[in-house]
Amino acid sequence: MAAGEELTLSGHIQHHLTNAKMCTVDGSVAFNKACSEAGFWTWHIDTLAWSIGLGLLFLWIFRSAAKSATTGVPGKFQCFIEMVVEFVAANVKDTFHGKSALIAPLALTIFVWVFLMNLMDLIPVDFLPAFAGFVGEQAFGMDSHDVYMKIVPTTDINLTAALAIGVFLLMIGYSVKIKGVIGFIKELTLHPFSSSNLVVQILLIPFNLLLETIALVAKPFSLALRLFGNLYAGELIFILIGAVGLLQLPLHFIWAVFHILVIVLQAFVFMMLTIVYLSMASSDNH
Amino acid sequence: MNLNATLLGELIAFAVFVLFCMKFVWPPLINAIEARQKKIADGLAASDRAEKDLALAQDKAKDQLKDAKAQAAEIIEQAKKREAKMIDEAVHKANAERENILAQAKAELEAERNRLREELRKQVAALAVAGAEKILQRSIDEAAHSDILEKLVQEL
Repeated sequence: MAAGEELTLSGHIQHHLTNAKMCTVDGSVAFNKACSEAGFWTWHIDTLAWSIGLGLLFLWIFRSAAKSATTGVPGKFQCFIEMVVEFVAANVKDTFHGKSALIAPLALTIFVWVFLMNLMDLIPVDFLPAFAGFVGEQAFGMDSHDVYMKIVPTTDINLTAALAIGVFLLMIGYSVKIKGVIGFIKELTLHPFSSSNLVVQILLIPFNLLLETIALVAKPFSLALRLFGNLYAGELIFILIGAVGLLQLPLHFIWAVFHILVIVLQAFVFMMLTIVYLSMASSDNH
Repeated sequence: MNLNATLLGELIAFAVFVLFCMKFVWPPLINAIEARQKKIADGLAASDRAEKDLALAQDKAKDQLKDAKAQAAEIIEQAKKREAKMIDEAVHKANAERENILAQAKAELEAERNRLREELRKQVAALAVAGAEKILQRSIDEAAHSDILEKLVQEL
C-alpha cells in the first residue's frame, strides 16, 4: 500500500484482509511486505497464533472438564461440556456406522475448534487490528499501517485447506484400511460404469477413473472453500459495514445476529461432512 | 488467496489437537456420560421393581390380615364353646357330688338307725328277761326250770 491509498476505503479493506506474514529473507527473519517475494515459505503468524491459541483453549476447557468428570451428579460446567460431547457423539452415531476411536474426537475437535475460530468474527473488526497497530507503533516503532492482524483464522484459506487436507488424508487412509489398496483402486476404476464384457470394461476404466477422482478430490475442495468462502464473505461485510459511519450500528447488529447462526452452522456443516465423508470412505458397498 | 507454509503449520496443529483430544479428552468424558446413563437406567429399573414389590407386599399383607381376622374369630368361637362346655361339666360334677354326699349321708343314717334298733332290741330282750325273771321267781323253782331259762337266755 502506498501512502496515498491508506486513507481510501479500498485501502482500509485491503489492510483488514491482509495477514501478518513472517519469512526468512537472506537468512534473517522478515515481516509483512518484505515477504512479498518469499513464495511458499511464508508464515501467516496471526492465523497460526490465533488458531493454535483457540485450539489450546478448546483442549484446556475440555481437558479440565474431563479431568474432573464424575459419573455422579455433574456440575453446571460438566453438564455444558457433556452437552456438546453428547451432541457430537449422537451425530457420529447416526452417521458413522463402523467402530472407530478416532471419528468422534475428530468431529468434536473440528466442531469446537472451528466454532471458536469463527466466533472471532463477532469481535468488532477494528478492535484487535487497531490495538495491534497501537502496540506495534509504541513498542516497535513501526508504522501502524504496516501492522497487520487478521483475527479470524477461518478466513485464511491456508487454515481451511489444512483442515480439509487432514480430512482428505483420513479418507484415503480409511479407504485403504477398510477395502485394501486393490479394493480402493477397484472403487476408483470400476464404477460407476461397469460391464460384463471384459473389453468394454477395460475401455470404461479411464472414464471411471476420471469421474471418481474428480468426485474424490471435490470433497476436500468443497470443505475448504465452503468454510473459507462463508467466513471471508462474512468478514468482508463486517468490514464494509464498519466503513459506513453511524449507520453501522443497527446494520452491524443485524449482521452480527445473523452471523451467530452462520458461525455455528459452518462449524456444524464442516463436522457433519467430515463424518459423512469418512463414513463413505469406510463403507464397502458402492 | 495464496497457499503457503501456514498450511503445513495448521496441518500439524490439527493433527496434534485431534490426537490430544482422542487420547485425553474424549474417553473420560464419554465414559463418564455412559456410566451415568447406565446408572440412571439401573436406577429406573430398580424403582420399577420396587414399585412392583410394594404392590405385591401390600396384597400379601391384605391377605394375611384377612387370615388373621378369620383365625381370631375362630379362636373366639372355640373359646366360647369351651367355656360353655366347662360350665356344663362343672354343673354336672357338682350335681354328682351332691348326689354322692346325699347317698353317703343316707347310708350312714341307715347304718346308725340299724345299730340303734339292734341295741334297742337287745335292751328290750334283757328287759323282757329281767321282767320275766321277776315274775317267774315267785312261781318256779329255779332249779326245776333252770333248763328252760337257760334255753330262753340262749335264744335271746
